[in-house]
Amino acid sequence: MTQELSKQSNRLQDGGRIDRSKPLTFTYNGKQYKGFEGDTLASALLANGVDIVGRSFKYSRPRGIVAAGAEEPNAIMQIGSTEATQIPNVRATQQSLYNGLVASTTNGWPNVDNDLMSWVGKVGGKMMPPGFYYKTFMYPKSMWETYESYIRKAAGLGRAPKENDPDIYDKMNQHCDVLIVGAGPAGLMAALTAARAGARVIIADEQNEFGGSLLSTTEALNGKPAAEWVAEVVEELSGFDDVLMLPNSQVNGYHDHNFLTIQQHCTDQFADRAPNGQIAQRLHRVRAKWVILATGAHERPLVYGNNDLPGCMVANAVSTYINRYGVAPGKDLVLMTSNDNAYRTALDWHDAGRNVVAIVDSRKNPQGTFVEAARERGISILVSSGVIEAHGSKRVTDVSIAPLNEVGDAIVGSVVKMAADTVATSGGWSPVIHLSCHTGARPVWNDDIVGFTPGVTVQKQLTAGAINGAFSTVQVLDEGLSAACDALAHLGLSKPDVVLPEADVIEEGKAMALFHIPHTKPTSKAPKQFVDYQNDVTAAGIELACREGFESIEHVKRYTAMGFGTDQGKLGNINGMAIAAKMLKQTIPETGTTIFRPNYTPVTFGAIAGRDCGELFDPKRYTAMHAWHVERGAKFEDVGQWKRAWYYPQGNETMQEALDRECLATRNSVGILDASTLGKIDIQGKDAREFLGRVYSNAWAKLAVGKCRYGLMCGEDGMVFDDGVTSCLAENHFLMTTTSGGAARVLSWLEIYHQTEWPELEVYFNSVTDHWSTMTISGPNSRKLLEKLTDYDVSKDNMAFMDWKPMTVAGVPARVFRISFTGELSFEINVQANYGLHVWKELFEKGAEFDLTPYGTETMHILRAEKGFIIAGQDTDGSVHPFDLGMSWAVSMQKPFSFIGKRGMQREDCVRENRKQLVGLKTLDPKAVLPEGAQGVLDPKAPIPMPMVGHVTSSYWSANLNRSVAMGFVKGGLDKMGEKVYYPLADGRVIEAEICSPVFLDPKGERQNV
Amino acid sequence: MSDVTVEAMEGKVVTNQLPTGAIVGESPLHHSDLASIAEKGPQQGGVHFHERKLKGLLTLRCTPSVEQLSLIESLLGVALPMQPLTSVTADAISVRWMSPDEWLIIVDGEQAFELETRFQEKFSGHYALVNISGGTTIFEVSGSHVVDMLKKSTPVDLHASEFPVGKVVSTVFAKSGATICRLADEKFELVVRRSFADYLWLWIQDASREYGLVVKA
Amino acid sequence: MFHIYCPHCCEYREEEEFHASGQAHIPRPLDPDACTDKEWGEFMYFRANPRGIHHELWVHGAGCRKYFNITRNTHTYEILEVYKVGEKPSVVANEAK
Repeated sequence: MTQELSKQSNRLQDGGRIDRSKPLTFTYNGKQYKGFEGDTLASALLANGVDIVGRSFKYSRPRGIVAAGAEEPNAIMQIGSTEATQIPNVRATQQSLYNGLVASTTNGWPNVDNDLMSWVGKVGGKMMPPGFYYKTFMYPKSMWETYESYIRKAAGLGRAPKENDPDIYDKMNQHCDVLIVGAGPAGLMAALTAARAGARVIIADEQNEFGGSLLSTTEALNGKPAAEWVAEVVEELSGFDDVLMLPNSQVNGYHDHNFLTIQQHCTDQFADRAPNGQIAQRLHRVRAKWVILATGAHERPLVYGNNDLPGCMVANAVSTYINRYGVAPGKDLVLMTSNDNAYRTALDWHDAGRNVVAIVDSRKNPQGTFVEAARERGISILVSSGVIEAHGSKRVTDVSIAPLNEVGDAIVGSVVKMAADTVATSGGWSPVIHLSCHTGARPVWNDDIVGFTPGVTVQKQLTAGAINGAFSTVQVLDEGLSAACDALAHLGLSKPDVVLPEADVIEEGKAMALFHIPHTKPTSKAPKQFVDYQNDVTAAGIELACREGFESIEHVKRYTAMGFGTDQGKLGNINGMAIAAKMLKQTIPETGTTIFRPNYTPVTFGAIAGRDCGELFDPKRYTAMHAWHVERGAKFEDVGQWKRAWYYPQGNETMQEALDRECLATRNSVGILDASTLGKIDIQGKDAREFLGRVYSNAWAKLAVGKCRYGLMCGEDGMVFDDGVTSCLAENHFLMTTTSGGAARVLSWLEIYHQTEWPELEVYFNSVTDHWSTMTISGPNSRKLLEKLTDYDVSKDNMAFMDWKPMTVAGVPARVFRISFTGELSFEINVQANYGLHVWKELFEKGAEFDLTPYGTETMHILRAEKGFIIAGQDTDGSVHPFDLGMSWAVSMQKPFSFIGKRGMQREDCVRENRKQLVGLKTLDPKAVLPEGAQGVLDPKAPIPMPMVGHVTSSYWSANLNRSVAMGFVKGGLDKMGEKVYYPLADGRVIEAEICSPVFLDPKGERQNV
Repeated sequence: MSDVTVEAMEGKVVTNQLPTGAIVGESPLHHSDLASIAEKGPQQGGVHFHERKLKGLLTLRCTPSVEQLSLIESLLGVALPMQPLTSVTADAISVRWMSPDEWLIIVDGEQAFELETRFQEKFSGHYALVNISGGTTIFEVSGSHVVDMLKKSTPVDLHASEFPVGKVVSTVFAKSGATICRLADEKFELVVRRSFADYLWLWIQDASREYGLVVKA
Repeated sequence: MFHIYCPHCCEYREEEEFHASGQAHIPRPLDPDACTDKEWGEFMYFRANPRGIHHELWVHGAGCRKYFNITRNTHTYEILEVYKVGEKPSVVANEAK
């Protein structure tokens, strides 16, 4: 143990919540270090005396750890021991240390300690003023990509892993009465109260332990160390079934209607990879009846020259490292403060046996409990003074201190220099109002605490503790209790028996509003005074932005990049606004604040994706015959979420060879298609027929029982959006089919009209898509095949084209529809889907003698194109009406009810001359297959840009016709039969085609009518 | 022709859809061979899964009058649950409220046609009774971690105070949907569509992994 | 993510169960053939886009499949009421009163 300690030069002999008996080894920038269980990566780095954790974004200046929590701007790490487990943008202050942790700096190229780019920071320094990107990299525009990669690399935004993350991330939906964000004194008090009242409670905290500030305070509760009270509360809470405690969990987003997202780090504190079977991170999607924000406050650093040197820290962070982690991150401390509270850091430092060089207080006459305690310890206090500049190259070595005037904006005496390796500063506390801002609430300035507090929100949200500007433990606990009581009252639950723990009474003197310490030189000439460390925004930069005319704080933000990125202005925003306000000669509330947006800290893509990845990325829908298709070696095509057999290659067949074979077999003998994916809607009711007449463009009044009819469905604009065959099962009973991809949309379409426009019509719609397996046998031998499987008379006389009949097929009751999408004699066999595969297999059993050939969607497309049948969605695109498609036969303008689409298709633009119309396209070279999407022109020699007359929608090689077949739109095409249209292609070829009827095969329909 | 076709005055067609004889139906998870997994797979775990397959499922649509309600009760043997999100579960029949004018009826597979015929013969007025047995299957999930598994899958609140035994909801399940009915404290029925069954089965296996999944025959 | 009360299921459900179907109360003209092109164009394409109170048609797609109306504040995203198709909203924008 002593050996472990001796290597950790800044580790204290005792104290803190770390376990010195459990040493851990970790690697940082390729070098091994030791820490202890209970450390964060940041505390372990500080214990080991690692000063530099990154290089700054623009100027490449060395940077050290500044804070101890989510507000840390510099120690942004790349974590991961293998390529697959890389996680970028992890704050070292939020990463629990584990054995074997591998971390490297995100910023700093090529390495942090000796950065080639640091000349940018040292020389000139004016090289990258605010607006630098806008001013410099915008021109020439063509160079942007080059600049961008350079900036990205230099800026070090981390990198994504190149391999698949092996860990499991998932999501869980949660519901609760009260969600408490933050498990500090306010949050714990609120949780205890709500839990005892019987409420369903979720309490989340970003730290690995509950307790918040109580874990690093020297104050007592009920006369005992505060951490003991924390332990008691945590134990009691864990006894409630309806309390979910989430440590290591960042509430990252506060969305509408009290929906919040929490990223829980489940195993990040143990290992690089989640232990087998465990979830690495979980995103909780919480719907809370009430939310209590007990998010606390971040201490605000003061802005002075070279305040970014390693060794410059926020005061409270120094205390946290001493008290919670047993680490004193230096030897000689100068504390600069504008308030009493920060005196605690000097006391902690002193009590840890280190040297407090001086407390530099900007106020004239500080007094209060902590001030007295410092005086008792004999610590030197310099009043009415400020640290104007830190000196050093890779760590602070000295500081310059100067007397300040009463308001702290001018130096009124001579500068003294003192040796110190650590500068802790405090300008007061900024409530953590980020989540409140996510709800759209505008923050409200509070002069008493010199900070913004949450504004009015429409959410069911309460706030408690330091977020409201209540900073004493007594006040904070009381606020937690009363917020919980408010929530309970809203929930109709009664207040339980709870007693506030007794806290120390501390008297604090008045704080001074101080943000930016003046320098002997004007700001623009003084050493850099950083406001936003992460984005390298300086006081001079903000002043420059104001001088250049940016007056809105939102514009200043965007011009300077203040509060950008993963930082979201946690440390710097208030200082930046104060500097802008002063420059603009207005108050901070007049200047206003920018708004914080989700997410509060970066969220891994893993947590966002959850289990919707890999095989589970999107549902795959299967038909009952899918296993057969797989076994037969089918290639599949995605049609919506359906996996449809695309074609079935045999041996070494190419796709085209397989298609040719499938096409020929179907037209010469018989082919079979799994058409189960077609949408099917059962329609019942005495007004079913009337309803069909209103939603289809053609007539339905006279369709007899036992008959089928094709229909076109149009929108109110008259444009075709779906089509299909609807069969009359009985007088008041129909079965509608839709396209595979359009099924859900069509059902919604029917429902919305029924529910909102025509509720008086007695009709019900029910989806039966999945209930029926549908197999289409098509080809001259299809009847012979069917006859082998049924006793029913399927002859032409008994079952004509467009008839449907109930019969038994292969022993299974079936509905058979004599409809055709190939132009061949066809039967569509529908059986209850649990028997689909049985019937399918029986068809093959009996079909062998006819060489029954399975075909997929591609052959289906070819066969229908040979017949000029359209596919809604391929040959239509929402801009064509039935007349454009040459399908006036499918429109009945005489129907008494003005069907959907009728009025729309009669609008001026729909009836004008020269609309694009669907025609057949016969290439002069029969071997040439037009590319789908190719644009046609009437004069291929016209100057570019040529007037385009329409595009090719469907185009295939037809083995049956031994030539190409195509359909496409041509302006006024229906009146241009026999005329030429030209398709200039990207490769320089021009394919010439003749406009013709789209029906290339069997125009009289003799093949299907046998 | 042996096929039964009943043409009643309501002008609807009802046909038996089940074969007679030795032809065995194949449920949507047939290919997964759950029987073997049940036998050879883990016997201990926090989530239990069982496919209640080849049941008779029917969608009843109507806005019943008082007379029709009592007629329906006589036809079903149980009263139609009229309160939103409620259900009736009996030995021979279960009825789930789906919507103000829609119920899901679950009976044994061979009972579906019988029920359809009874309605066709006896019911008058506007209604629809649609057999969806082939397009639907039932997953029964149970166990000490079943709620955790479901919380990963559906956004509805499953806390007993909000989702008591007997409650039924149709909702989002993963990226598909399901009708969920709580059969007991730690037992739920999921009615899912055939074409999504494989995806949902994969999802449930994945979501159950950390708790251990036991397949029940 | 809205939390929406379905007036048919009579409880709150998550937004992912619902679909928005545009502005409510756009009745289809009873005699489309009597409409001018302009009138028909208004019916098809023109919708209000108010900052503040708006009436919208939604459907409980993953639930009971019923359409219903929502009165929503498009600025704060508050849902002020839900009501069934055929019913009138009780919360309306001031200028509409």
